[in-house]
Amino acid sequence: MGLKILTEHINVPGIETLEVYRKHGGYKSVEKALKTMSPEEVVEEVKTSGLRGRGGAGFPAGMKWSFLAKPEGVPRYLVCNADESEPGTFKDRWYMEKNPHGLIEGMITSSYALGANTSYIYIRGELMFILRILEKAIAEAYAAGLLGKNIMGSGYDLDLHVAPGGGAYICGEETALLESLEGKRGNPRNKPPFPAVKGLFQSPTVVNNVETISSVPWIVNNGGAEYAKVGIGRSTGTKLISASGNINNPGVYEIELGVPVEEFIYSDEYCGGIWKGRQLKAVVPGGSSVPILPANLILKTAAGEDRLMTYESLSDGGFVTGSMMGSGAFIVFDEAQCIVRNTWNYSRFYHHESCGQCSPCREGTGWMEKVLHRIEHGHGHQQDIDLLVSVAKQIEGNTICPLGDAAAWPVAAAIRHFRDEFEWHIKHPKEATAPGAVYRGQLDAVTA
Amino acid sequence: MAETINEVKFSDAAMAEIQRYISHYPEGRHKSALLPILHIAQAEFGGWVSPEVMDKVAEILDIQPIEVYEVATFYTMFNLKPVGKHVLEVCRTGPCCLRGADELINTLKRKLNIEEGETSADGMFTLKPVECLASCGTGPMLQVRELFYENIDSEERVDEFLAMMRQKEHETPVWAQQS
Repeated sequence: MGLKILTEHINVPGIETLEVYRKHGGYKSVEKALKTMSPEEVVEEVKTSGLRGRGGAGFPAGMKWSFLAKPEGVPRYLVCNADESEPGTFKDRWYMEKNPHGLIEGMITSSYALGANTSYIYIRGELMFILRILEKAIAEAYAAGLLGKNIMGSGYDLDLHVAPGGGAYICGEETALLESLEGKRGNPRNKPPFPAVKGLFQSPTVVNNVETISSVPWIVNNGGAEYAKVGIGRSTGTKLISASGNINNPGVYEIELGVPVEEFIYSDEYCGGIWKGRQLKAVVPGGSSVPILPANLILKTAAGEDRLMTYESLSDGGFVTGSMMGSGAFIVFDEAQCIVRNTWNYSRFYHHESCGQCSPCREGTGWMEKVLHRIEHGHGHQQDIDLLVSVAKQIEGNTICPLGDAAAWPVAAAIRHFRDEFEWHIKHPKEATAPGAVYRGQLDAVTA
Repeated sequence: MAETINEVKFSDAAMAEIQRYISHYPEGRHKSALLPILHIAQAEFGGWVSPEVMDKVAEILDIQPIEVYEVATFYTMFNLKPVGKHVLEVCRTGPCCLRGADELINTLKRKLNIEEGETSADGMFTLKPVECLASCGTGPMLQVRELFYENIDSEERVDEFLAMMRQKEHETPVWAQQS
């Protein structure tokens, strides 16, 4: 059992109420920050902690905060990105549902650090039931004087609102999120200007993930240096991992960064091994957009070292033999899963979710879906594999926002590591399209 | 078109909820409330937003109708055509498929005798496959209005679910409960 920074009290009955939350030490960071620290001191603690953005990019949160422009007489905003949409990711939804005050406390302390007097939680519209939970908790916080005017007699004012999206993956990208929050289509903005200079309502804005913001209270209470002691190297602290796919115990796990991948998959404390007594085939360790790795490369790096659950270890080997931590969405594939089918599924997702602004992404995602569909359905051409690689290359890096990269990487990685499976589909369409047929490394179809 | 617009009338509870959302934004930034208002409109008017409803929303926010249309057509949660009583929004994305989402969709199609995007003959169910709903650990799953129904991983569970839904009325949204 590692240290639980976010989830220590998450299973306490009634923790979603202000009363029980406060009994377990809730809102201490608000009192400490507002009464004994300057906003700059809070920013410094977060910098010292080494906390990195938990939404996927992994950018140091304290550094992001320090970029915020502070022109006189212009409001600043903190916006929480609760648009959790990356396939495989459900940690924020789980956390907000169980412990809404944890996020609200983080919003207050972080807003104080940034000098924001109005903050928003932008939540994906499908999670309307979580919005109701958050709004109930926010009402409790207002009633207790933790939100509104002159919080705890400190002279600091903060209004906090929740805003629902409408069902669009792209709104997890921070500038698309801001457009959506302003009541527009979720088309990402060109950068610069960055949100830190011109964000929500053209004012300086910080956008942070739910988990990032919810980690701030512990850092304020215990100090950034204490947080930095947890984890390994530049992967400090703990991380919520959403474990899904063909495992015995799917769910959300808070781990100290540095747990070996093998332990995470097979230990009963976490995933509990592969379901139905099957073998591990592959893992997508950070959400659908990061490269898939075959079993041997997810358990060990190319150099033969144990792969660890850290930003550095998961990306060891670059995209040739490594992947990414991403949002911490750990998707496990057993031996009965078809990589071609899964890659087609992901491509359909990105095609569906492309906002259509940039031609390489709008057209390229459609091409990839179409070509993968025909391979999966027994109509592939010999040159289709190279065509896919070429389309993926032409999307990557050629779009306003990272959705293009997110669409290209899984296709490129699936072909990199499972090329023979694609070739088998093309050469043996009849066998490959038989119900339950799966390629097992040899040219034999196995009926599941 | 003015006569048609006049026919669309939000309830007092809905108008109060709309005003609450508008109050969350700075002066002159009231358009920000557009997405929340479209959700309220969809709950008010039978699970979809017609052009007349969108025009009414534009009137309330004092913006051009096109500003509402372009948003309503961008976001997948807004239904632009009439739907059945219960819209079954089934997750079809990778992680749910690893646990049987394809089977769930096929079973629903067979039992309801409809294809994706269609409504059953009795008007009870519309089948609407959607992308990842952040419920990957409890898939296969689906959403109806504000609620999630999870781990629907066998034909028996599908039967139980459909039987329950046939008896079920819509939950009243929280904002409409006081009135």
